[in-house]
This record gives sequence, structure tokens and C-alpha cells, in this order.
Amino acid sequence: MTPAALLVALVGLTLVAYAVGKQRARAVVGGLRGIRNLHSLPSYYGALTALWCAVPALLVLALWLAFQDSIISAIVTKHLPPHVQQLPPAELGLALNDVRNVVAGNVSPAAARPEIRAAAAEFQQLRSTARLALTVLVITMGVVGMLIVRSRISAPFRARNAVERLIKWALIGSSLIAVLTTVGIIASVAVEGLRFFGKVPWYEFLFGLHWSPQTAIRPDQVGSSGAFGAIPLFWGTLMISGIAMLIAVPIGLFSAIYLAEYAHRRFRAWTKPFLEILAGIPTVVYGFFAALTVGPALRTWGEALGLNVASESALAAGLVMGIMIVPFVSSLADDMITAVPQSLRDGAYALGATKSETIKQVVMPAALPGIVGGVLLAISRAIGETMIVVMAAGLAANLTANPFEAVTTVTVQIVTLLVGDQEFDSPKTLAAFALGLVLFLVTLGLNVLALHIVKKYREQYE
Amino acid sequence: MSERTQDLSSAAAATAAPPAVSRRSPQETRARVAKSLRRRYWAEQRFRLYGMLAVFVGIAFVVFLFATIFMKGASVFRQSYVKLDVFYDPAIIDPAGTRKPNDIRDADYQAIVRAALKERFPQVEGRKNVRDLGRLVSSGAAFDLRDRVVSNPSLIGERETQWVLASDDVDLLMKNKLPHAGSGDGGPLSAQQLEWITALEKADALELRFNKTFFTHGDSREPEQAGVWGAVMGSAFTLVLTLVLSFPIGVAAAIYLEEFAHKNRWTDLIEVNINNLAAVPSIVFGLLGLAVFIGFFGLPRSAPLVGALVLTLLTLPTIIIASRAALKSVPPSIRDAALAMGASQVQMVVHHVLPLAMPGMLTGTIIGMARALGETAPLLMIGMVAFIVDVPKGFTDPATVLPVQVFLWSDSPERAFVERTSGAIIVLLAFLVIMNAAAVVLRNRFEKRW
Repeated sequence: MTPAALLVALVGLTLVAYAVGKQRARAVVGGLRGIRNLHSLPSYYGALTALWCAVPALLVLALWLAFQDSIISAIVTKHLPPHVQQLPPAELGLALNDVRNVVAGNVSPAAARPEIRAAAAEFQQLRSTARLALTVLVITMGVVGMLIVRSRISAPFRARNAVERLIKWALIGSSLIAVLTTVGIIASVAVEGLRFFGKVPWYEFLFGLHWSPQTAIRPDQVGSSGAFGAIPLFWGTLMISGIAMLIAVPIGLFSAIYLAEYAHRRFRAWTKPFLEILAGIPTVVYGFFAALTVGPALRTWGEALGLNVASESALAAGLVMGIMIVPFVSSLADDMITAVPQSLRDGAYALGATKSETIKQVVMPAALPGIVGGVLLAISRAIGETMIVVMAAGLAANLTANPFEAVTTVTVQIVTLLVGDQEFDSPKTLAAFALGLVLFLVTLGLNVLALHIVKKYREQYE
Repeated sequence: MSERTQDLSSAAAATAAPPAVSRRSPQETRARVAKSLRRRYWAEQRFRLYGMLAVFVGIAFVVFLFATIFMKGASVFRQSYVKLDVFYDPAIIDPAGTRKPNDIRDADYQAIVRAALKERFPQVEGRKNVRDLGRLVSSGAAFDLRDRVVSNPSLIGERETQWVLASDDVDLLMKNKLPHAGSGDGGPLSAQQLEWITALEKADALELRFNKTFFTHGDSREPEQAGVWGAVMGSAFTLVLTLVLSFPIGVAAAIYLEEFAHKNRWTDLIEVNINNLAAVPSIVFGLLGLAVFIGFFGLPRSAPLVGALVLTLLTLPTIIIASRAALKSVPPSIRDAALAMGASQVQMVVHHVLPLAMPGMLTGTIIGMARALGETAPLLMIGMVAFIVDVPKGFTDPATVLPVQVFLWSDSPERAFVERTSGAIIVLLAFLVIMNAAAVVLRNRFEKRW
């Protein structure tokens, strides 16, 4: 059976198990009349039977499917003729890919080399054996689980407690996924990143001034040793994020102040959701806008002023990114401003302060920790933003302070290094993970710092 | 800062005006206050103006962004078609007369299109001119004719009038995006071609009609044949699976943290984790997907399956946080009442708290899904960025999604792709508007305030 068919069969079996369990519970106490002697409602007996039928079988199914292909590939590789096995890993991977293509029917077997054809045949045979074994195993486990529970059903059997225990474990398991995700992120970027630092020393990566990640494809190739000094990328990221913050912080703060303190209630009710549209627009749309409208416009204006603006300038990407972050800053600032109690304002008015003086000298200082936290979160977003810079900033790793020139960022380089065909082992691919590691650590640090500031310095009003 | 503090203290002096403190005469004080007041009111006006300006810039940008996209993309809904008298010549399609589907499929339909064009312009002579004439019609026209004949072989030997796709340059010209005849500007179309186009227009054989191709086809290298349907289906497969995975897991995690977990170091850790994951750049999730799902588990690249797994991890924090807020808003009296009636804790949650919190949870989920629909960067990492012509039919078929399609087209050099890109953005935004509207309706209609 194919996995999908097996899944459907298992669902059917589970329904049967539910009915069997429920029926059995009723039968044990002698029909509807004796039902009050049961510890739990009959449906709980059914549910328990169904759970024991489905859960272990599903776990086995998932694990089996997760590892089936890699194990079969390993076996097939071992049986390949020696001259193929001794190929370098990259070419061996290509050969295995050919095998998979033949198996998937993308390439007709007649067109493949004989050893590939043989391997594909073996692959197919192993897979059908594995499928048969899996079908038998899963169905058996389902039936056995169902029968075990059925045999244990009796009037005093605490089915509800058992079901609830299982549910609770499922809830705990779900909440652990967040932790597992973090572990997975750290493991994947750290492991690959450390492998990169095994090939390129970390100080060269962190402090090197030259970035050109072209490495030799063939060992005898000349002139492309690759340089992995990431300072130009860090600089480019900082510059674009800096421009973005120069736009986002004043506009975000002032619009939050205006909407919270000055604007009429009705004006605020219309304007706030309108500005929040900005937060819901996909970043790829901003990227398109930056690349096709803002970039060329800046270039034309620059020419009119006698400036030489690159069409993929840091300024265009930074401007658009700043606009993207505005609602982020303004909604956080708005929360903080409205959290400042009215009595503080009234106190300032009573001393004769004007509205703006009250805002500048009373409300802002009181809301400052939250605003600083919000700005830090916004910076971390700007640093991690990808699509705008991929589409509107350049690829050349320039170390320049001129915002009219093209610069590149960490995220742009991750995308360029990883998009397209690549092998897993080259320093080029691994460099992307090292950059990812830096990106993750920096944004994590900013987030932790922001939350800490908000927590520690927040004024508590009663 | 110190100057402003002085302002305040002088303001305080003006209102309270204790004569013992001030050594100046009252007139002098009044004059100073009047002078400073003017400055302070002016500062007040300025401050207010800055605020209005900031709001105005934000609004103007939203309007400008939408206006640009719609102006560039609105024309995508119409497409130029050429009317041709097509003769399905048996000598070309099926010279052997076997009517075998494979033979019919492999026939040279370009020749049929060429013949039909030749019929319309019988005076055209010479190889170069014939080739130029052929360039007025898209290469997709032949495929469309082929599909018609394959699905209905009795057409062979018949004659019919068909509207076929014009080429992208003709389309741009029809939409006034290229210089017209007589302007002297070169452009991609030759003077001869412009003449033919004018002749076709005069004969009502060239017009803009509803662009069905855009909504029914997958990607293509030729702008006039490229459509969003493949990307829409890819997005649909990815999002459905994301929803199926992330909604139950997110709700379950929220229930555990809100209803069952005791506050201890362990749950603190989970909570910190969730809050941090919500702020991790999305591209890092892509790296996770590449290393773990593709590298370690060996799942297929470019598949909606992997995309959905990555997007699930990406949206989980959003859904968990929203679901917890929804659970928190259910008043404790409901829980107490259920427990007092003898319900177990699980029964209390499942039968009473969960139904009341469901609208809030669904709202949060829809917003999470809207975010997932617009997400691009992590999907680039796992290879959903390939050029894929076929519309995906399952969770493991190579596919792309709408935002990635936007990214791919925006990179294409052909001018006609600008319009396609904007069109794809309009489709994407339409989906987002629908989802967000659904969330708002859900919140307004079903959310209870206690």
C-alpha cells in the first residue's frame, strides 16, 4: 500500500476500534441497563481503544517514512559497482540522483546507464518490500493495540482517567515543539557553522574585509580561492538598517504621539487600521516596489542633482524598509503612551505646561523603556528582513559609507549562497549557515535585551 | 533639556506667581512670560504639525504603494488576442491518417498558425517577412490549437475562427506601453510589423479580451503565456497543510500553558522560547528547514510538504500567543462552575472553555495564515523558487507559491513581466484582504466581551 492509502486504512481501523471499545464497554456491564456500573462513559472506552490503536501505529509510520529513503539509499549505494562508489561525494550524489529520477519515472530506464538501471531496480524492489513490511507492521500494531485495550475493559476500569492522561501528554508534547524548534535552529546553524569555521578560521570570517565566496568547483581550477571576510556584509546590514531606523523611528513615534494625544477619536479610529495595513503587506511587495519604483526614482532625482546614485542603492532599500517598520514602532509606542496614566498629564497641565511640553517632559520619559524596547525589536526586524534587500539592494560587497552606492547584507548573501543547486559540503554553502548563526545570535541578543529593558524599567502605575 | 525645564518652571511661576521668590517687578515678569508664551505656543504648533506630517506620510505611502501596484497591474486582466481563420490541415496534423493521439499531439501546429497568418496577409513574401509576421502571434497559440485538436480530433480537416494569443510585444503596444506607428521610435517592433498590426486592428481582428491564460496557466518563459494558477495551487497546498499542522499544535500548546501547567522553571523556559521564536528572522527558519527537513530527513526539495513544515514552525508562536490571549479572556467563573458540577479538568477545558475561546483562537490562526501566505524568504531556502510550469497536484510535487512567483517574475528582464508581477501581487493582496476581513468578521460576530 502507498503511505497515503495506509493512512486512510489506519483511520478506518481507528473508527472500528472506537466502535469496538464502546460496544465492549456496554457488553461488559450487560447492556444499557448496567451502564451506571461503568466507571466512565462508554465513549471514553471507545476513545481509549481508538487511541491505542492509532497512536503507536502512527508513530511507527512516521518514523519509518522519515528514515526509509535514507536507509534504502545507503543500501543501494553499498551495492553500486566499486568504480561508482569510489567517485567523489558530489558525483556519487549525482549518481544517486539519477537513480531516484529513474525510480520516480522522470527518466525512462532505457535512457539510463546500466549500473544506474540496476540500482534503480534494486531501489524499487527494496522500496516495495519496505512498503509491504510497513503495511503489515502498522496494521498489526493497530489491531494488537485495539485488542489489548478491549481485553482490559471492565466495569471498574478507569477509561476516562487514562484518556485524559494521554490528552495531557499530547498537550505537553505540543508545547515542547517550541523548544524543539529552538533546539533545531541552534543545532542546524551551529553544526553547519562550526563546520564552516573548521575550513575558514573564525577571525578571518568576523574581521576579514574582503568577501567573495566563489570557490573552486574543480580542484585544479585557478584564481577562485574564495574570501570570507564578513565585515562588508555586517556594514551593509548596519547601514541599511540605520537608514530604515532613521525613517521609521521619527515617523512611527510622531504618528503614535499624534494619534494617541492629539487626534480626534474618529480620526484615530480610521487612521490607525489604515496605517496598520503597512504591517500586513508581504515583504516581497515592498521589495518589488523598492526595486521598480523607488530605486529608479532615486536614480533620476540623483541625476538631476548631479549625484551618481546606483540603481540598487542602500538608500532605496533602507527607505522602503523604514516605511515597512513604521507600524511596528508606532503600535508599540502607542501601547506605551496609552499606558501612561492620565493623572501624570493632569499634573503637568496643572503646572501650566502646554500639551507638547507635557508629552516631551512627562509622557515620553514615562513611556521611554517600552519605546526603547520597541525600537530594539524593530532593529532586530530590520536586520533580519530579507526580501526587500534581496530585491532592492545589491550583491557586491562594498565597504562604503555612501548611501547612494550598492551594498549587500547578511540576508542577501544567505539567499544568494543557498538558492540554486549546491552541494552541502562546500565552504560556500556552509558560509550561509555561519552567517545564519551570526544573524540568529544578534537578533536573539536584541530580543532578550529589549524584553529585559521593558521588564526592568517599566513603571508600575496603580 | 535644561532650557525646556526652565520653560516649565517659568510656566509654574506664571500661574503660581509667588512674589517672595521673584525679585523682578510684576510688569517685567509679565513681559517675559508673554514673550516666552509666544515661543511656547509656536513650539506647540510645530510639534503638532510634525505629528500630522508623520501620519500623513504613512497614509500617503499606503495610497501611493497601492496606486502604483494597481496602475502597473490592472492591465493584466486583459490580453491581446488575434482572430485567425484556422484550417486544421490533415496534411500537417495527421498525414498518415491514423488519428493516433500521439501523432496528433506531436504534429507541427506552428505550421498551422503560420498558414492562417499567411492567409490573412497573402501579399507577404520572403522568409524574413514571414518570420516577422509569425512573431505577432505567441508561440502559445500553437499549444492552444493542439489542445483543442487533441481533445476533439474530429476538428481535423475542419475550418474555424479562433482568437489566439498575441505576442507580448503586440500586447504591450495594444496597452499603449510601446511607441505607436509613426512615432519614429524603433522599439522592438519593426515598421512593417506595426503596419500589419494596424491592418489587423482595422479589420477588428486584434483586440483586448479577458485574460483567461493568466488565471489558468502555470509559469512560463513567455510573458503572454505565464499565469498564476500554478502558484495559487502551490500556495493552497502549502497553506492547507500548514493549517492542519499548526492549528491543533498551537491550540494544544496554548491550552497546556494556560490551563494545566504549573508555573515553574520549565514552563518559563517554554514561554521565553515562544516569545523569542516570534522575533527570530524568518530566513533562519528556512535554514532550519534546509538543514533538518531536507538535509537530515531527506524530504524532497521544492515540495509544499517541506514548505508547510517550515511555515508551521514559523506561525506556531503567533497562534500560541493569540490562543493564550483568547483562553485568558474566558472568565474564571466558567471554569469554577464546570468544576463545581463535577467535570474533570479536561472536561472543563474541552466542553466549556475551548468553545468560548474558539473565535479568538480562529482569529489568531487566520492572521497567522495570512502571514504564512505572504512569507517568501524561508521558502527560497528550501528550493520553492524553481521555474515550474506544471500546476502541482500533490503535497510532494515541486511547486512554488504566490509571493515567490512575484519574486521570480520581478527578476525577469522582459518588460511584459512587470505587468504580470503587479498582477500576481494584486491576486496575493486580494487573498490577504479576504483572510483579514474574515478575521475581523469572526472577531466582531463571535467574540464575547465579559
